[in-house]
Amino acid sequence: MIFAVISGFILAALVPLFSSFARNLIPKIYPFLPLGIFIYLGTCFSQVTQNAPMHWSYNWVPSFGVNLDFRLDGLALLFGMLITGIGTLVFFYSSYYLKEDKYLDRFYGYLSMFMAAMLGLVLSDNLISLFVFWELTSISSFFLIGYKNDDPSSRKSALMALGITGFGGLVLLAGLIWIGFVGGSYSIIELVNSSELIKSHEAYPWIIGLLFIGAFTKSAQFPFHFWLPGAMKAPTPVSTYLHSATMVKAGIYLLARFTPVLGGTDSWNWTLILVGGITMLYAAAHSLFRTDLKSILAYSTISALGILVFLLGVGTEDALLAAGIFILTHALYKATLFLITGIIDHETGTREVTSLGGLQKVMKPVALAGYLAALSSAGVPLFLGFISKEIMYESTFHFSNWAIILTASIVLTKVFLFVAGFWVGIKPFTGNLPQEHAKAKMPSPLLWIPPVFLAGLCVLFGVFPGILDAFMQTVFNSMSPEGEVIHLALWHGLNWVLVLSLLTLGLGFALYKFLKPSQSLKGKLAPFDKFAPIELMERIGITFQSFAGSWTGFFQNGYLRNYVISILIFLTVLAGYRLYDGVDIHLDWSQISDITPSEFLVVVLMVTSIFFALITKTRTGVIVALGIIGLANCLFFLYYSAPDLAMTQFSIDTLTVLLFMLVLFQLPKNRSFSTRKLRVRDGALSLMFGVLISILALEVFEAPSYTEVSEYYAENAYLLAKGKNVVNVILVDFRGIDTLVETVVLVIAAMGVFSLLKLNLNPFNKE
Amino acid sequence: MKSIIFQTASKYLLPLLLLFSVFILLRGHYLPGGGFVGGLMAAIAFILYSFAFGLKETKSIVKLNPRYLMPVGLAVSILAAVSPWLVNLPVMTGLWYDEPLKLIGMVGSSLFFDIGVYLVVIGSTLTIMFSISETI
Amino acid sequence: MELLLIFIIGLLHAAGIYMLLRRSMFKMIIGLILLGNGVNLLIFLLGRLVKGKPPVIDEASKVFTEIYADPVPQALILTAIVIGFGLQSFAIILIKRVYKVLETDDLDDLNSTDEEI
Repeated sequence: MIFAVISGFILAALVPLFSSFARNLIPKIYPFLPLGIFIYLGTCFSQVTQNAPMHWSYNWVPSFGVNLDFRLDGLALLFGMLITGIGTLVFFYSSYYLKEDKYLDRFYGYLSMFMAAMLGLVLSDNLISLFVFWELTSISSFFLIGYKNDDPSSRKSALMALGITGFGGLVLLAGLIWIGFVGGSYSIIELVNSSELIKSHEAYPWIIGLLFIGAFTKSAQFPFHFWLPGAMKAPTPVSTYLHSATMVKAGIYLLARFTPVLGGTDSWNWTLILVGGITMLYAAAHSLFRTDLKSILAYSTISALGILVFLLGVGTEDALLAAGIFILTHALYKATLFLITGIIDHETGTREVTSLGGLQKVMKPVALAGYLAALSSAGVPLFLGFISKEIMYESTFHFSNWAIILTASIVLTKVFLFVAGFWVGIKPFTGNLPQEHAKAKMPSPLLWIPPVFLAGLCVLFGVFPGILDAFMQTVFNSMSPEGEVIHLALWHGLNWVLVLSLLTLGLGFALYKFLKPSQSLKGKLAPFDKFAPIELMERIGITFQSFAGSWTGFFQNGYLRNYVISILIFLTVLAGYRLYDGVDIHLDWSQISDITPSEFLVVVLMVTSIFFALITKTRTGVIVALGIIGLANCLFFLYYSAPDLAMTQFSIDTLTVLLFMLVLFQLPKNRSFSTRKLRVRDGALSLMFGVLISILALEVFEAPSYTEVSEYYAENAYLLAKGKNVVNVILVDFRGIDTLVETVVLVIAAMGVFSLLKLNLNPFNKE
Repeated sequence: MKSIIFQTASKYLLPLLLLFSVFILLRGHYLPGGGFVGGLMAAIAFILYSFAFGLKETKSIVKLNPRYLMPVGLAVSILAAVSPWLVNLPVMTGLWYDEPLKLIGMVGSSLFFDIGVYLVVIGSTLTIMFSISETI
Repeated sequence: MELLLIFIIGLLHAAGIYMLLRRSMFKMIIGLILLGNGVNLLIFLLGRLVKGKPPVIDEASKVFTEIYADPVPQALILTAIVIGFGLQSFAIILIKRVYKVLETDDLDDLNSTDEEI
């Protein structure tokens, strides 16, 4: 299983390798990756549907409880098959759709990476690996959305998608860690058992709040929905893949996955109902004001995601079942609609629904796919959409006191979506063929077979829903472990739900006849743009940027001494206040050792040379003073039992003086630039700092010292490391890795010096 | 600085100092000393020699460009650090040959680690000093 | 003695910072070196001063039999000294290079050289 997940990443990594000699082969080979995984998942089908989830575990960072645990249950299988199944079609479709593209090899790399991340996400049983894959989908989708990287608006929407989903991902990480902390495990399947514990924990509202933000940003729920229409800048196959089956469904998957762990409480249900409800109505209504086919699809996708969130919020058995079926239904018809949009765009060069019509004359199979998908989206009997709609209505209809409002809103949403589906799936193909599109011709089979195939599935499952019984049962059981046995059927008897269903169809058809997509409708929305979340978001971004600009301009002004001064003042004020406020220093004279005459002499020597270094005007003088300071230091080390340090200090001191002497005459003169006033100010500042350091040193010196670490090293120096010079043993054995890295630092310094001297960095010499 | 006394002294000082630096390196595990100090001593010995005889002369007796000592030293250190893998122990576990050898004393992975440090210190110090002297 | 050392540490820090605040690049380097010395001494002092008892185990015994100086700060300072040398030499060569190319040692002249070159 790990191979199935990783292979996508491997293939993505291999792209640069292949592209040098086998560029043209990539589009021919890569589609077999999702196909292969799809077939592999198919072989697991029978075992999983017998309610025996499959489990694979690989250690990753076991000490933190982070493992690559993969678990294939109904929900994971449903998503996995959608990801790889629709993936296969998209891979094939792209190989023709983007045939002319310069960077097609790169495109397949991104696509494989994205697919692998998505697959990892739905299969992960471990919260942390789930998060890693979650972020990988955000990152790889960034490349896919911004694929047309020479188009500024494409880059902008990619950045926005990454910004929103990345932000959500971070929030999600906080939520996941909190869950793991409260529930005592990072394994989702184990968390199901501690569900009650988490729900009664006081952090529960925080946990679900964080989780919701993660899921809502990914699944484009109001008010985070605005990145999704922008993401339509991507090539159509990408939109198909991201928005029908994968990326945006990740949020839904997350909510569904955590339903057995966190679901069933009032706050869970009502938040989801509210957010999902607002999103589905808002977006469905919005879709009617659009004229670009992909825009219509974008908003209807948001609306469909809203419906899913809403259903998960309702949370009854019917609702969960409806959500499960609707995931499949929506993926099938929405992918079809996206694919035919791509064909229309490819063949006619426009996506404006107002200027399209009559295309069925030139591309019959595509038109057929469009009709079928639109009908499934509308929920006409004999289509899968009908069955999912029935169960949806059934679930809201029996939901406590609020049944009427909830049912009314979902019916209204469905009416709008009916129209949106018809506009995309039917309108471009009926009516008169405009003159300018008369030359449009039948596309390659690689383009039209995928949508026709998917549309066919809509009908197949719609007519024989029994095929899905066992599958949906396991999907349902992943969300609600103790579920009833499901039987999907076309005919539910003559009841209110059927009446509502017919009402939806009637209203939808009337609205379709009455309302024509037009630019003027789009214009009517313009005044409200000011209040749209996307505007707010952009304004926040701009404010933030200008704030950061002025902040940086104030502190990073390019004068070294200003940096030093601001650090100094901050440090002195902070530490000084702490010292002033409740720290009293008393000296323990017993700890203080006596002063011997020789030591006193060294101290006097040192103080003199420090002052000499400060005031002397000659370079040689300073260097001599520095040498003496170093030697005095060395003597201190020698007096106080540090022979190793004394030796090292002595050698280094010698080397430093030699170094200075070598370059002395190429160094700038020891000049003074500042005025007297400035010197006094700096003197006062540095004196203040020196006093602070002294007081701190005194303070620390008076506090009892903890020497466990030193004692451990000293005790075990010979016993464990067979050395008697503890300092050396620490360096080469106990803390050997540190030493290794320190020698690397030394090497880097040497290479820096070497390259500074030997390479020609003088810009004037280049010409 | 090409005085005869200085030159004659340096001629004898170089081998002595080098020997001394090796001595410091080897005894480091038991008495004050070790790779860092040893390496610095050796570097100072070469620099002294170069002051007396000039850089060309020094390079001709060393033959090897000191730059190459840095990667070699790092490699020795790293190999010493990972050598316990060969016997299925974690990185940096000290491995020791049981009996002390003549002149050298106890031999173990830590000693090789220290030798690596020694070489890196010589290499980088000499690289710094030599490239400065060359560009004057 | 400790009090005198603390005084010297404070003095080294103050002198180092004062030199760092100068406009001359040469003084900046001096400040860096002084500060480095001060920090080494500070760490050394905080490990407590013990006279004449280096952290080296007696030839005869396998563990310490009497009080010894704290080896951890010593190990820290030892590498700090060596790395400090690397840093100093790099800084010296850097200002030498800057001085050669730009022919100024006034830090304020380096503030906006991007456009001039």
